[in-house]
Amino acid sequence: MEKKYGVYICKGCSIGESVNIDKLSQIATKGMGIPLCKSHDVLCSPEGINLIKEDIQKEGVNAIAIAACSPRVKFEEFDFPGTITERANIREFVAWTQEPNTEETQSLAEDYLTMHITKLKKGDMPEPNILENLSSTILVVGGGVAGMNAALDAANAGYSVLLVEKEPQLGGFANKVYKKIPTGEYFTEPLIVDTGIENVIKSVESHPNIKVYKSSIIEKTEGQPGLFDVTISSNGSSETVRTGAVVLATGWKPYDASKLDYLGYGKKNVVTNIEFEDIAKKNNGRILRPSDGKEAKRVAFIQCAGQRDPNHLPYCSSMCCATSLKQAKYVRQDKDAVAMIFYKDIRTPGRLELYYKEAQNDPGVMLTKADVKGVSDAGNGNLYVEMENTLLGEKVKIEADMVVLAAGMVPTTRAPQEYLDGLTAAAAKGDDAKKKYIEETPKPDFILNLNYKQGPEIPSLEGAYGFADSNFICFPYETRRTGVYSAGGVKRPMDTTEAQSDAAGAVFKAIQCIDHVAKGIAVHPRTWDVTFPDPLMIRCTSCKRCTEECPFGAIDEDEKGTPFYKVNRCRRCGTCMGACPERIVSFKDYSVDIIGSMIKTIESPDEETFRILCFACENDAYPALDTAALHRKKIDPSVRFVSLRCLGGMNLVWVADALSKGIDGILLLGCKFGENYQCHFVKGSELANYRFGKVGETLNRLQLEAERVQMLQVSITDYEKLPDMINEFVEKVKELGPNPFKGM
Amino acid sequence: MAENKPIVIVGGGISGLTAAVEAAEAGCDVVIIEKSPYLGGRVAQLNKYFWKLCPPTCGLEMQFKRIKNSTNIKFYTLAEVTDIKGQEGNFDITVKVNPRYINDKCVSCDACAQACPAYRKNEFNFGMDETKAAYLPFNQAFPALYVIDKNACHPDCDECKRACKYDAVELDMKPEIINIKAGAVIMAMGWNPYDANKMDNLGFGKIKNAITNMMMERLSAPNGPTGGKIIRPSDDKEVKSIAFVQCAGSRDENHLSFCSYVCCLASIKQAMYVREQYPDSKAEIFYIDLRTPGLYEHRFLTKAQSDPNIAFTKGKVAGICEDPESGDVILEVEDIFKGTKVKTRFDMVVLATGMEPATKNDRSVKDVAYTPDGFVDTSAKKGIYAIGTLRNPVDVIRSTQEATGAVIKGIQSLRRQ
Repeated sequence: MEKKYGVYICKGCSIGESVNIDKLSQIATKGMGIPLCKSHDVLCSPEGINLIKEDIQKEGVNAIAIAACSPRVKFEEFDFPGTITERANIREFVAWTQEPNTEETQSLAEDYLTMHITKLKKGDMPEPNILENLSSTILVVGGGVAGMNAALDAANAGYSVLLVEKEPQLGGFANKVYKKIPTGEYFTEPLIVDTGIENVIKSVESHPNIKVYKSSIIEKTEGQPGLFDVTISSNGSSETVRTGAVVLATGWKPYDASKLDYLGYGKKNVVTNIEFEDIAKKNNGRILRPSDGKEAKRVAFIQCAGQRDPNHLPYCSSMCCATSLKQAKYVRQDKDAVAMIFYKDIRTPGRLELYYKEAQNDPGVMLTKADVKGVSDAGNGNLYVEMENTLLGEKVKIEADMVVLAAGMVPTTRAPQEYLDGLTAAAAKGDDAKKKYIEETPKPDFILNLNYKQGPEIPSLEGAYGFADSNFICFPYETRRTGVYSAGGVKRPMDTTEAQSDAAGAVFKAIQCIDHVAKGIAVHPRTWDVTFPDPLMIRCTSCKRCTEECPFGAIDEDEKGTPFYKVNRCRRCGTCMGACPERIVSFKDYSVDIIGSMIKTIESPDEETFRILCFACENDAYPALDTAALHRKKIDPSVRFVSLRCLGGMNLVWVADALSKGIDGILLLGCKFGENYQCHFVKGSELANYRFGKVGETLNRLQLEAERVQMLQVSITDYEKLPDMINEFVEKVKELGPNPFKGM
Repeated sequence: MAENKPIVIVGGGISGLTAAVEAAEAGCDVVIIEKSPYLGGRVAQLNKYFWKLCPPTCGLEMQFKRIKNSTNIKFYTLAEVTDIKGQEGNFDITVKVNPRYINDKCVSCDACAQACPAYRKNEFNFGMDETKAAYLPFNQAFPALYVIDKNACHPDCDECKRACKYDAVELDMKPEIINIKAGAVIMAMGWNPYDANKMDNLGFGKIKNAITNMMMERLSAPNGPTGGKIIRPSDDKEVKSIAFVQCAGSRDENHLSFCSYVCCLASIKQAMYVREQYPDSKAEIFYIDLRTPGLYEHRFLTKAQSDPNIAFTKGKVAGICEDPESGDVILEVEDIFKGTKVKTRFDMVVLATGMEPATKNDRSVKDVAYTPDGFVDTSAKKGIYAIGTLRNPVDVIRSTQEATGAVIKGIQSLRRQ
């Protein structure tokens, strides 16, 4: 676009008392050649805003640089649709953190203004990239409680849904269940109610917006949000359909009970909680034991069977306590029968506590904490449960007609993920090891079969035992595959009530994603962002770093190994831009050239004056710096902050250029990485740190000390200590002396 | 999507915020009605989230950014719903917006607070410190606007007004009544900590070094009353031995009949705060059942159990008393296995008080069924959806999950019309 520039400087909030505004204005007018430069006492006031708006209307200003407060505040005031607006933060980064009216303070303000005008000049008005033939159909994989509810929610909101179920009928585990725990008030009888699953199945199968594929699996998922071409294979025939987004609701499998022989599994009257449901359902509520069909009068429930146990499932499946309490009620339908529950902790969180209380009030339900040591035969098909540390005594042996093992949940994604993890590990050892692995390892059923360079399923989270969960507490639907949202037992151990509400959330995210790709805007966390990566492919060397490093698998490769973008998978973090050694990845307002040009404007007035460049993550480090400023913490005036969408976008060329131009030190401020990482783009700060590790080559070439570059992991709450951490780094650099390339 | 009536969200805590940004990002118009002067609710008061031990302000920053970038979210702080009439697709909502006495011209320069001669108890920090009557609720508050607590002002004082260069102080601001037409309503008023004063045997209010778990969050937070230093209220002594009393009020028919779910994980987290700050400290958690259901949650417990200086004792705390000389607290605990009572001394005790749904007392949304405990019943009125801790005690993940899911129900309400 044809740009008409305007620069506006605020004198309020002590900026006017810290900086010589006339001199600062000359940076724009003389230095940068922008004649239209105005200052105002309070730029965010209605009068100040009017000043800008009049210029927009009368002068046709459409490229605006505002030197005032942080872009995190006064965002409504300084919002001028149809323009490119850049904000130089000279309140927080200058007026509030520097000594007023020193040469260095003035120079800092001038540098920020120059940098942001440079960005304004280099950047361009972004236009959305809207792909054609987009589909708004939603694919739901898995026809259990979560999947069916997801399908119904989308269908009732007016969307077309394809529901794919592996089994010949819908319903999943709910089909196997005799009764469920009532929702709502637990203390009103009855305490066990019909699941109502038949009605849900009927609603799904009769809904005009839902097409159900039974006995079907996903053979291949190709493409990207809005354009997923999914090949569904049913009874030997295949069909390819286009969908916009995917809900993964394939649920869980019971833990392999054959491994629970130490708790008696394999003996005749020892069953799992799932098998117990089957017995109750088959016999219409009567508990007939497998060995002789005799009515069980004393049923023992062993909680955490193979759970909370590093040798089996090291986690808690969270629904088994309530399930056993419910199953105790099955037993108690026979008034002469007794249910005994042996637990580590009874985990009935929230209002489920009232359900537990009901059981405690039932004299026919015996509950005790116990460490179960084993199950042995007591003759006539009866069993002894041996345990220690109980409320009944230290060592106790109790006879039961039947034993129920409360076994846990294993997500359906676990087997494929373990296979893929094994493949990655083998591949790391070389081609032979990989080949051997593929030949010798039985391949489990994959679920999504994504045709992505980075692999066919949602990437596993470390230590998640295959659960397709999000790593984020605040954003539970953020998987690493844009447009694919997981719900229910495949995501996290949960009961059916939670699975229903989870399904609603996941399918809503799918709808939202479809809506966003239709507008050509990013999905979370950079929603509304219309920019997109636009690489200059002619210069691509097919080094594939972008393909490997993209946290969202947005970049695939063609037959020749040349990367290409599936733009609707992109989350706009700029990790590819940071990864690319050829510097070819650009967004309209964010590129190696834009940031590089900003950095190049930083001037050292003389050899003795230090200049430190600091890249800060805009999500956490930047707000921490703002908060430090709010507390009027002093930061060394040599430091120039440049905010990045994510540190993953940090390109080493900036570091090399800055150092060879005489910048004395470079600091990176990124989020915590490793276990429990906090980066909103998965591993941006980790990648920046990794790249930074390779900066040695540059330093060697320039014969500079390694201490001139450093990365700090900071969190948004580090505002108290952050200025000290920065100042400490500056001191260290000052001890090393000025960069000898200064002024060259 | 082009539904023209907004979804009104009552409550701007983590549930309400999530529902708001998610709905807005799907193209819906949204109005948030928040009672306090800032958005973020209870989580803004937390130091860290379990089990990741990450700061809640990080996620809040992201949510606030999403609000800033959305043109279709309107929010009112210091606002309360006084009436809801009508039905699904066609609600008529009356909102009272209380005066902030500071307008949008505020630049958060702090001049008003510096000039203000009056002090008020800081309820954000549960009264553990004071602010000026002109104050910023906390340092990363959104919106970044000061507030004036008129009840704390000196009579006829206008120091703040005179100090403000930006014409932002309006001491004669009046409450405003606004009417909003809405297609659907999402109730997300959250929860209040159960009143610890109600448990006589635990001595809260009388014993200086007995605090609640929410106070402990503030005491550990970098923007809390001590700058994050965990020291005891009576004498600022570093807390080297700390006890946690689980189910303080929860799972107790005389108080809260339900389990508040978050308290076990919260106490484990808080024991870790102390252990991290003072490597020579010890913590002991007294519990009935350790409720850390799930994968990461259970791993979090295992992590704490691997620390030899965090003890877990299954036992009911019968009473707490104070050693008047040292200020130490002495807990009397019934050992469930042995049937005996043991007395143990600590520097400080944290009462893991539970969650009371805000709707226990706030019945501003009528025509909705409530349980005896004050939760919104599952069968709420058509077009009105309750989320988060109004339905069941839940943590942040489950709140945000449910908030996201509620939006599709809201959209269904809009589309049924």
